[in-house]
Amino acid sequence: MLHYTLQRLVVAISVAITVSIVAFFLLHLSGDIAISIAGPEATPAQVEAIRQQFGLDRPLVVQYLEWLWKAVRFDFGDSFYFRSSVVSLIASRIPVTLTLGAISLCLSLLIAVPLGVLAAVYNGTIIDRLALSFSVIGQAIPTFCLGLGLIILFSVTLRWLPVSGASTWKHYILPSIALGWYAVPAVMRLSRNGMLEVLSADYIRTARAKGLSPGVVIFKHALRNAIIPVVALAAVQFGFMLGGSIVIEAVFSMHGLGYLAWEAIARNDFPVVQAVVLILATIYVGLTFLADILNAFLDPRIRLA
Amino acid sequence: MSNIAPSLAPATEPARFDVAPERRTPFSAFLRRARRHGGLLIGAGVLLIIVIAAVSAPLIAPHDPYAQNLAQRLIPPIWHPKGSWEHILGTDKLGRDYLSRLLYGAQISLLIGLLTVTISGVIGTVLGICAGYFGGRVDAVLSYVITTRLALPVVLVALASAALVGGSLEGVIIVLGLLLWDRFAVVTRSATQQIVRTDYVAAAQAIGCSTPRILFMEILPNILNALIVVATLEVAHAILLEAALSFLGLGVQPPLPSWGLMISEGKQYMFFSPWVIGVPATALIFLVLAINLVGDGLRDVTAPENRT
Amino acid sequence: MALLEVQDLVIDIPTASGLLHAVSEVSFSVDRGETLAIVGESGSGKSLTSLAIMDLLPRVAKRRAATLTFDGTDLLSMREPEMRKLRGSRMAMIFQEPMTSLNPAYTIGNQLMEALRCHEDVGAEKARARAVELLERVGIAGAERRLLQYPHQLSGGLRQRVMIAMALMCKPDLIIADEPTTALDVTIQAQILRLLHDLKKEFGMAMILVTHDLGVVARVADKVAVMYAGAIVERGPARAVFKAPSHPYTRGLLNCIPVPGRTAPGTPLGAIRGQLPNLIGRLEGCAFRDRCDFAAPECSGPMRYVPVDAGHDVRCIRAEARKAVA
Repeated sequence: MLHYTLQRLVVAISVAITVSIVAFFLLHLSGDIAISIAGPEATPAQVEAIRQQFGLDRPLVVQYLEWLWKAVRFDFGDSFYFRSSVVSLIASRIPVTLTLGAISLCLSLLIAVPLGVLAAVYNGTIIDRLALSFSVIGQAIPTFCLGLGLIILFSVTLRWLPVSGASTWKHYILPSIALGWYAVPAVMRLSRNGMLEVLSADYIRTARAKGLSPGVVIFKHALRNAIIPVVALAAVQFGFMLGGSIVIEAVFSMHGLGYLAWEAIARNDFPVVQAVVLILATIYVGLTFLADILNAFLDPRIRLA
Repeated sequence: MSNIAPSLAPATEPARFDVAPERRTPFSAFLRRARRHGGLLIGAGVLLIIVIAAVSAPLIAPHDPYAQNLAQRLIPPIWHPKGSWEHILGTDKLGRDYLSRLLYGAQISLLIGLLTVTISGVIGTVLGICAGYFGGRVDAVLSYVITTRLALPVVLVALASAALVGGSLEGVIIVLGLLLWDRFAVVTRSATQQIVRTDYVAAAQAIGCSTPRILFMEILPNILNALIVVATLEVAHAILLEAALSFLGLGVQPPLPSWGLMISEGKQYMFFSPWVIGVPATALIFLVLAINLVGDGLRDVTAPENRT
Repeated sequence: MALLEVQDLVIDIPTASGLLHAVSEVSFSVDRGETLAIVGESGSGKSLTSLAIMDLLPRVAKRRAATLTFDGTDLLSMREPEMRKLRGSRMAMIFQEPMTSLNPAYTIGNQLMEALRCHEDVGAEKARARAVELLERVGIAGAERRLLQYPHQLSGGLRQRVMIAMALMCKPDLIIADEPTTALDVTIQAQILRLLHDLKKEFGMAMILVTHDLGVVARVADKVAVMYAGAIVERGPARAVFKAPSHPYTRGLLNCIPVPGRTAPGTPLGAIRGQLPNLIGRLEGCAFRDRCDFAAPECSGPMRYVPVDAGHDVRCIRAEARKAVA
């Protein structure tokens, strides 16, 4: 188990470093940052001055290493636009996004897993077909459309919930539904397929032959094994949600990390964009690492190997 | 056992148990299963209508999608009491005919979907086949590349890159094409791994076929079914992402009638005229739903044994 | 009265191309302390028959019978909750695949104790003691330690011993062993078979042994039922069936087994040509007729059992013809 953990850790760290390289070079190669900062009306001399001021004239590798060296000490430089340090900006915005992501994840798991289990247990019946149709339709609704639809219904027409902002718990209800919705079809399908596979396993027949009740067979013997891949997917989906929160935060004007990134991109505020990409990628890598470890813990075949 | 002599006559008629199933070609079997698949039929039907509408937009669009008429701003659609036959789906904040914009917008969505998937499909398939076929160190490296790609927050990176490239149609297509190859790579990798173990690949290797020949003549045709399914579903994915980018104002730029952009432009009027976002959102949902139904249906029909 | 009485058991499975008659009109009985072997090749319906007794058939398979009684109670009219009380406590089952028949997520001890505690109101300590006792009885050394292990840490032979111990937790009256040795190494097969045979005697249980291996049958069975294409073609006391096999299929099966001292080196072993017929659609006549060397036009007519000896009958028109001659 220790060996396994270390092995996964090495992979996770190297992926995080690679992602930082990709993120850095992607932004620097997509266009000339100096021109973007200087604005369309700037003269070549002004662009050159900016290039020198921000050290953009040095080789990319040098710029990257300097950036990385600072980044590992949580120094992402200063924002071009917000006139404050990137770290303090991120620190003030990240709680909103993490809260939103966590609520959305819980919500989607609470809906998707029971639905998937039900669909598998009643495989081939109307319940199964309804669940599958629900997932197909669910997948087709873009999160921002759902968000806008929820606003029109619950905020404008019914006036139950606030339209935008993130100041009270009520502000989190609609965004969480819209963001959590996105993960429901994938989690539902995986729970259903995992459950179907497990339910046809020999050990389920053994459990039934022992005379165990359907509840014990489904929850103790089947779900425990079917849930293992769902754990990994949940971690991945949480990462996707944090990344996808940019859309939802924009719809609901929630000032989280995604909203910050959106503002920063629109204003060519590269230090902020780079930092957010790196942080989201690192969180994702950390989550998949945790999922691997949790998987190993849940599956004695890996844990005791 | 010689105490029983074969005294009775030998079998004169073969046992009649059941008629053997008639011989079918794979393609006719495919058609037969496809005709029975309701989801596939509905999806294909809706998709066909949208494609025809998009292609014939110049012929059937009642107005110029870019013609502004500030006197006729925000006219509601026909089902609204204040609607008019002049603008069946109403007009936007600049008085442009919504139906015409919707029809031309379908062109943009389909174009982005197809071109993006062409780029990402080539990248992902090449990576996946190489990883699956060569295995070992090549596989380790390419799997690592795939893992890294998955760790990138797609929406964010796409937004940032699209903004830098300059938020044009071509820019969006290139950025999405370079980002969305992960599912192709994952699927072709595992499909190739299964096929490499089969005898016909071993036979091709044994008679000395060149590696590219094996990759493209033996392996590619056999993973084509899976590839088509992924490609279909990825078209939907690309269309959704483009809509999101354009909605955030960093994808396709005005005055192009991208559906995502139409929703974004309508957002400020949605409190009083919800149809301004309702119409393009419905179109988007129907298009994506139709493509997903076709993709899921193709998977069921081409590979019923590994439906997921 | 017999412990288990099965009369005219039919199992149908609806498929896309028609109704599949997996098992047709199977009748047999098992007395207390008796071992019945059901023999047949794969696809002959022998495993489905055993699952039908436990009411563990896959959902698509439909079961019908004239009689299906266990210890005098009718199983056909029994509802699922009552059936559950019988399963594992009075009739237990051992499956073919020891590698996959134990849940990988739980310890051996957990799964053993669960078998007892879901039927009897006993404490964990008592259940544990019973599990240790049985593990030792089925020949597992260090039983206490094994209780804490997971299935993947045990070999196939050990897992099958665990499965046997699990089946015995509630001291069942009937144990159904579905190809219990097929997946194991040859050396282990003999040990497991001997163990089952001894345990059966020790616990005074009845046993149904489902197998395709006539060699296995010869050593342990009291009665034999030979199944072919979903029907019993020959049944009777093991001794009688081995001494005077009367169905061409039974004889074919026996010819496939080399007998030390009798089968001379170099002589070809017997083989049965052809393969199992398709069981979809209406079946009539003898299912074996297109593989049979002695098939006659009458073989496609209606079939019935012809007594050969006391308790030994065969489903073949030739036996009838021979009887008439005698």
